Amino acid sequence: MALTGLFLSLFLVIHLLGNFQLLLPEEQAKEQYNLYSNLLSNNPIIKLIAYVLYATILLHTIDAINLTIKAKKANGLSYVKDNRNRASKWYARQMMLLGTVVFAFLVIHFKDFWYPYKFGELPMDDNGNKDLYTLVMISFQELWYVILYAVAILGLGFHLLHGFFSAFRSLGVYHPKYNRIIKSVGVAFAVSMSIGYLIIPFYIYFNF
Amino acid sequence: MAKEIYANIPEGDLKDKWSNYKAQAKLVSPNNRKKMEIIVVGTGLAGASAAASLAEMGYQIKAFCFQDSARRAHSVAAQGGVNAMKNYQNDGDSVYRMFYDTLKGGDFRSREANTYRLAECSASLIDQAVAQGVPFGREYSGYLKNRSFGGVQVSRTFYARGQTGQQLLLGSYQALMRQKENGKVSMYTRHEMLELVVVDGKAKGIIARNLDTGKIERHGAHAVVLATGGFGKIYYLSTLAMGCNASAIWRAHKKGSWMANPSWTQIHPTSLPQSGPYQSKLTLMSESLRNDGRIWVPKAQDDQRPPHEIPEEERDYYLERKYPSFGNLAPRDIASRAAKEQIDAGKGVGALKNAVYLDFKDAIKECGKETIAERYGNLFSMYEKITGINAYKEPMKISPSAHFSMGGLWVDYDLMTNIPGLFAIGEANFSDHGANRLGANSLLQACVDGYYIAPYTLQNYLSDQIQVAKTDVSTEEFYQAEKQALQQLEEFVSCKGNKTSEEFHRELGKILYDKCGLSRSDEGLQEAIKKIQQLREEFKENLLVPGDVEDINSELEKAGRVSDYMELAELMCLDALTREESCGAHFRKEFQTEDGEALRNDEKFSFTSAWEWSGNPQNPILNKEPLTFEFVQPTQRSYK
Amino acid sequence: MKIHLKIWRQKNQHTKGEMQDYTLTEVDEEMSFLEMLDMLNLELAKKGECPVEFDHDCREGICGQCGVMINGIAHGPLKNTTTCQLHMRSFKDGDTIYIEPFKVKSFPVIRDLKVDRSGLDEIIAAGGYVSVNTGQAPEANSILVSHEEAESAFDAAACIGCGACVATCKNASAALFTGAKIAQFARLPQGKKESAERTLSMVERMEELSFGHCTNTEACQVECPQDISVLTIAEMIYEYNKAKLKK
Repeated sequence: MALTGLFLSLFLVIHLLGNFQLLLPEEQAKEQYNLYSNLLSNNPIIKLIAYVLYATILLHTIDAINLTIKAKKANGLSYVKDNRNRASKWYARQMMLLGTVVFAFLVIHFKDFWYPYKFGELPMDDNGNKDLYTLVMISFQELWYVILYAVAILGLGFHLLHGFFSAFRSLGVYHPKYNRIIKSVGVAFAVSMSIGYLIIPFYIYFNF
Repeated sequence: MAKEIYANIPEGDLKDKWSNYKAQAKLVSPNNRKKMEIIVVGTGLAGASAAASLAEMGYQIKAFCFQDSARRAHSVAAQGGVNAMKNYQNDGDSVYRMFYDTLKGGDFRSREANTYRLAECSASLIDQAVAQGVPFGREYSGYLKNRSFGGVQVSRTFYARGQTGQQLLLGSYQALMRQKENGKVSMYTRHEMLELVVVDGKAKGIIARNLDTGKIERHGAHAVVLATGGFGKIYYLSTLAMGCNASAIWRAHKKGSWMANPSWTQIHPTSLPQSGPYQSKLTLMSESLRNDGRIWVPKAQDDQRPPHEIPEEERDYYLERKYPSFGNLAPRDIASRAAKEQIDAGKGVGALKNAVYLDFKDAIKECGKETIAERYGNLFSMYEKITGINAYKEPMKISPSAHFSMGGLWVDYDLMTNIPGLFAIGEANFSDHGANRLGANSLLQACVDGYYIAPYTLQNYLSDQIQVAKTDVSTEEFYQAEKQALQQLEEFVSCKGNKTSEEFHRELGKILYDKCGLSRSDEGLQEAIKKIQQLREEFKENLLVPGDVEDINSELEKAGRVSDYMELAELMCLDALTREESCGAHFRKEFQTEDGEALRNDEKFSFTSAWEWSGNPQNPILNKEPLTFEFVQPTQRSYK
Repeated sequence: MKIHLKIWRQKNQHTKGEMQDYTLTEVDEEMSFLEMLDMLNLELAKKGECPVEFDHDCREGICGQCGVMINGIAHGPLKNTTTCQLHMRSFKDGDTIYIEPFKVKSFPVIRDLKVDRSGLDEIIAAGGYVSVNTGQAPEANSILVSHEEAESAFDAAACIGCGACVATCKNASAALFTGAKIAQFARLPQGKKESAERTLSMVERMEELSFGHCTNTEACQVECPQDISVLTIAEMIYEYNKAKLKK
């Protein structure tokens, strides 16, 4: 869980950095972004990494389902009055729910961008690269789509808020000092990822 | 008929006795050990350490406790520490001094040889506990740390914050669990011993009740060890756990083993006072608090002012005043009695005027709040949880309450009772503390009995039992014992009166605390005996136990325990009545010095009272074991 | 004080339980929570009904035998406090209090509020000790333990084995209980030698006994009467990984 989670976190950073190209002035952005997309989808090393990424997502999901089943089995009857939640953060207890939100979003995300890009018919840009940029721009003109995207990113943010430090714990980092540092870094990471990923759709929605 | 009894003390000089014993003790070969079974009742420090040690040697152990886990036995609650002669502090300690302190603390009413052995074995206990991973307090250098404790002038107490008993118990509990994993120990948790089974004069097994099902079970063995702790709970309000009881030893007593000095109960000076009639127990605050806390009461009677408004000159630091050389560290019996004197004189503090102050103001000023918090942090937070008061800011209120039974089953030097094959260890026996136990000697005795003595002496007994087959539990003796146990349970349930055993227990406790507690008198004890007899009659006729015998039934468990207390209480009063002297915790008003200290009578009472069951609780037989002092001359105890 | 109680009554492991209502009219706020239950049981006994069975013993917060869910919280509203150390001053006149047993698969209900926590003993039996026989020990001061080591080992060793950590965990995990014991010994020179074997064996036993998996919600430390740090769990995992890598 921890290892797959951290690998996925790393991917989030890279994916975000790539996406920041969308914020460049239109002409430049279009050229650069489409070129970048083309590069990614045709480079054999990146391809290999992509397969590892898909596998990781699956592993992370299977692990999560396993844990949930295990917890279900280990729990007895439910309490008539249950206030156990006072002792922990809601997002720490709802990792499965948050994860499901993120997963559902991923499906949509793949369907809307990854699938058309890989297998669909996309017009070419001036440089002869598939024009993913325009597809993205059009998609984020829809308010409902921006909201959906925002909800999913918030889900991801809270997932990271617990997941980041929890992953290090589960790897056995037990020194109090490092734990304090990791917790702070985790918060910063979750917040910056959320803001980063949220800026893009809103920027597009309001600027185009 | 009353008889003079002797304790099989080995020959030789005081310091050679135990090594002579060990050198001559008979052994059982390893292949025979695995064929022999031993029942250990109680899994506190004494029981668990004996069971674990014997299992390590190869015996098959059946360990019983009424709690849901062996780790919960009441040794867990001991806070302050454990004494041991290591002389790490280079403050003049020696085995002899520790022996002498213990003997003197007990007002010269214990056996020289036993007490010496306790001091002698104390050092190895610390080695053992450290090896087990008990996290004792340490100096920054990594060496073990000590503190001083009441009644002595050296620092020989080892401690693990305020949870020393817990840490030592976990050490022995874990050792026990390790043997369980090895298949050498069978655990019978939530089981209560109801009867001892004696076959041909030898202890051969017990009848126990499975508290989870109510089923009666028979268990046989080659020997039975009782490590069932003390019976201070007989006073109802005490520092003991709710389940602590005298039943195992009392039922053994009724099968013929003698009860020694049953009236000697230590009343602990630093427990929390009673706050209302519903109260079920009194919480102990470790005596170690007296190292830094100063005890005082207002000089004026009925002083209503809050403590911080009472100026220094209107406070009476009575322990420091009366006992200048020991001050607040005077032994427990003296500190308790002195507190009671002040309370009786109308100087008690708190809502019920039943307490004295224990003040940390000066200690905090001197060594800072942090140091005090490190030493007693958990005690201060416990105090705040119970009373809602922050003791860093205002003094604690403390009062004396029943704590430790110096009395118990009579045992010889081998810790074997007068029934061959029946051993009693730890607080369940009477042996080492005389008429008063020194602080931090209780954990020590439990451990020493269990780790170092029982393994030798049991083996010595078992060495001629190797030809004896496993005990057959289908014999007449087991049948009768089971029938007897069942019959009593049925009587309780079918009585259908209207007073619960808890209510009877409260009444009994009150009688004992008033008349057979901190101070006793001929008149008071006579009166108490009458009241106890009446109460016992009422108990027989008016007991209310809901539920069934063959079922989980905590009320039934309590009824059995209170029924035993009803008989034991009378014996305690008789014991106190016949001992016409004052010694240690036993203070008879008629026998005191001019300034109100205990007045011993060595000529007439230098003996251990070993009471024999006659079939009638009103007429027990008094046997005497003379106490001879070969190596030490008893003196008048003085802590001034 | 008047207090309304809703208490879980269950005959045994194999029957269904349900909440029953009781009312006590003369509760004193200085009473401990268990003394309030004593009061109820006395009333029930007088009416010829079976008292509510609950576990308790020392009543000073150290034996670990007591423990129920009070208003849906393990050991009740106060943090880091056992049931027996909770006093009625934490409640108000007219309050309704829900009392239920720890409902965890690995702690089957015996009767009413009593549960079977022997699984915790089993975990200790799997390796929660230093394997030293009586009589084997070297001189105590030949093993130096720094002040910090001793204090931090004590922090972990303070566990009273009440099971509140399991009861409060959404995964019903015994990681804090197990981690505390493993950490205690990992922090002491005496225990380091067999840390690998101990950790593997205890963790595997915990799994076998169908306790859940830790997901670091940290709820356990909040309800732990001894405030045992969740970092002991991470330390257990560290020791576990180290042991696995060595193998």
